Amino acid sequence: MSGVSTLQAARVLTRDGVFTDDSWPLVAPDAEVPDTDAVLLPLAAYLSQPQSAACGVWLAPTDEPAALAPYLGSVPIVAVHFPKFADGRGYSLAHLIRRLGFAGDLRAVGEVLIDQLFMLRRVGFSSFVLRADQDENDARAALTRYSDAYQGAYDLPLPAYRCGRRVQAVS
Amino acid sequence: MYRYDCLDRLLVDQRVAEYRDQLRRYQAGALSEDEFRPLRLRNGLYMQRHAPMLRVAIPYGLLSAVQLRRLAYIARRYDRGYGHFTTRQNIQFNWVRLEETGDILAALAEVEMHAIQTSGNCVRNITSDEFAGIAPDELVDPRAFAEILRQWSTFHPEFNWLPRKFKIAINGAREDRAATAFHDIGLQLVHAPDGALGFRVLVGGGMGRTPMVGSVIRDFLPWRHFLTYVESILRVYNLHGRRDNIFKARIKILVRALGVVQFARQVEAEFAATIDGPATLTDEELARVQASFAPPAYGQAEETALPVAEPAFARWVSRSVKPHRVPGYRAVVLSLKPTGVAPGDVTDAQLDRVADLSERYGFGQVRVSHEQNLILPDVRVDRLHALWCEAKGAGLATPNIGLLTDIIACPGGDFCSLANAKSIPLAQAIQRRFDDLDYLHDLGEIDLNISGCMNSCGHHHVGHIGILGVDKDGDEWYQVSIGGADGSAASGGRNVIGRIIGPSFAQEQVPDVVARLIETYVDLRHDAEPFIDTVERVGPTPFKENVYRHIEPAQRSGREAAGVNAGASAAQRKHQHELT
Repeated sequence: MSGVSTLQAARVLTRDGVFTDDSWPLVAPDAEVPDTDAVLLPLAAYLSQPQSAACGVWLAPTDEPAALAPYLGSVPIVAVHFPKFADGRGYSLAHLIRRLGFAGDLRAVGEVLIDQLFMLRRVGFSSFVLRADQDENDARAALTRYSDAYQGAYDLPLPAYRCGRRVQAVS
Repeated sequence: MYRYDCLDRLLVDQRVAEYRDQLRRYQAGALSEDEFRPLRLRNGLYMQRHAPMLRVAIPYGLLSAVQLRRLAYIARRYDRGYGHFTTRQNIQFNWVRLEETGDILAALAEVEMHAIQTSGNCVRNITSDEFAGIAPDELVDPRAFAEILRQWSTFHPEFNWLPRKFKIAINGAREDRAATAFHDIGLQLVHAPDGALGFRVLVGGGMGRTPMVGSVIRDFLPWRHFLTYVESILRVYNLHGRRDNIFKARIKILVRALGVVQFARQVEAEFAATIDGPATLTDEELARVQASFAPPAYGQAEETALPVAEPAFARWVSRSVKPHRVPGYRAVVLSLKPTGVAPGDVTDAQLDRVADLSERYGFGQVRVSHEQNLILPDVRVDRLHALWCEAKGAGLATPNIGLLTDIIACPGGDFCSLANAKSIPLAQAIQRRFDDLDYLHDLGEIDLNISGCMNSCGHHHVGHIGILGVDKDGDEWYQVSIGGADGSAASGGRNVIGRIIGPSFAQEQVPDVVARLIETYVDLRHDAEPFIDTVERVGPTPFKENVYRHIEPAQRSGREAAGVNAGASAAQRKHQHELT
């Protein structure tokens, strides 16, 4: 599958704006499942073998998150792959995965660019593997581009009007 | 009208800062052309034929005098002294400079305006009835719901990268003046038999290359769940709408592929999983937003008789003056369709003038209609004559509202990089051909709509007479359809996609074609039967026959007669990412 990186390390940005080396390599759908645990398996491979508690999983935009429901309490990390930055399916996948109760690390991988970060964070992603050419300082700044929002999402579940964050300005 | 609070202000200010930063990174080469494009589009910025174009949002068509003056200032300072009102109640500036776009957005933010999500594959400006709050046939004022939906959809994190653009219209009156059946989602306010307030929900309508009338997927949706329901529709679409082919990516294609029943089932399943969640609207929030649409302080106005001795005034009154729910008041439509001006265009001086008129003949508010005219919503009957005199002086009193020369047209090939053909010179040629006011008034209401390409910004599919620019080997041709209807009273309340009459025509032939269509109507009409009713009664054949009996299309083509050639031109393919 094109665009899916295989076993290589990458810098990871956390939702708090910290770069770490906590990289979980992606195993491509047609690749052999490696011996090591600390990888992200494609959904089909993850479901077709006895799950190791140490193993992660990644979803393509067409994958059905409900299939993961039985494992969301034990899987340490779930990644969602963005084949193109303009492909927005991953945002709804993130919503569904969080709605199913997943509380662990939800990672955006693939073509992840600076200007997606704020909204990715809002829908529930907690870490990001940016495309290699993205500037780290600009990326950190983009995470906190907006200091508030109208509607509820994973980060702030209630809409602003239900939290006393709407005060009529004097005009 | 709605005034910004601290949150609204914060978000538009932070948006300007974000855009300036994106522009900086683009100019520094850190953002590629392909990466910057969707970001600038989400701020209304297109790269057009001659210059960048900026589309500014006018939420549900409401403007204050202060905002109008700011638009006039922008036209003067950053453009060439004019702007263009669109069929989605927005305004476009055609000659801005890329390096000044951040400053323009900042100038807009100061008067509680923005260009957010006026393009791109996201939820666009919410449109509504231009007579909301004042129409005698209104069931419920839709503006508070439109504003709540505007806020909810602004920067919605899950739905900023949809398969394609997404348009929502809300109507609160008996007459559908918002063309709700031709939107991705159409919301019609209704009362249940027990008096409860809610919406009838239509989905999958639209124009473009696959025109479709929307389907009802819910007869009654209680109002407090409307955001949750819209969210459910958008989630199903975001996950399952096609992304492999830009021309098949609108929600209407998904609805058709699944079938309305199956699509509705998926939406209802999603709705059932999220109902009563955080998006549930509260009484307090609805009341808060409704308060900003409280009626202005109407005075005791007399229903005085109008001076009928002046035929020109009487004619203007018959076309431009619309009923009002408050006795002694009327709404007045200022025509932006005088002969010789691009439909919807206004100069900076006219914008300033309208601002003045709105204060002296009302409460400093103006509406934009999707027919590309402006409306003064609250004019006292006893001041109509004085207003008429002033509007005439500003070139805003052409008595043609709803008539053949009140043409809806997109900017077309003169400006738009997507267009196959020009719209504006054609509109002007038709206006010149039909400049006899007595004749025009005798013909009655006829919607003539022109689009320069299949994207249908000029709503040609729902024109009683529709004209579409098509590209044939690099030449500009025009395909003519009749019988389209947008659901309004002038369309007999029907929603119909017009039928193509046959092979297309050269530009100079089109006024003759229109004349032959009109001739057929005059021959066949019963008494005061409107054009659209005659077409409905007799069908398109007599019209078709009369046109082609007299006019030989300069070049016949079977493919194109069947509408096949209305596909992607080379120019469209080249600019497909820029699609409106």
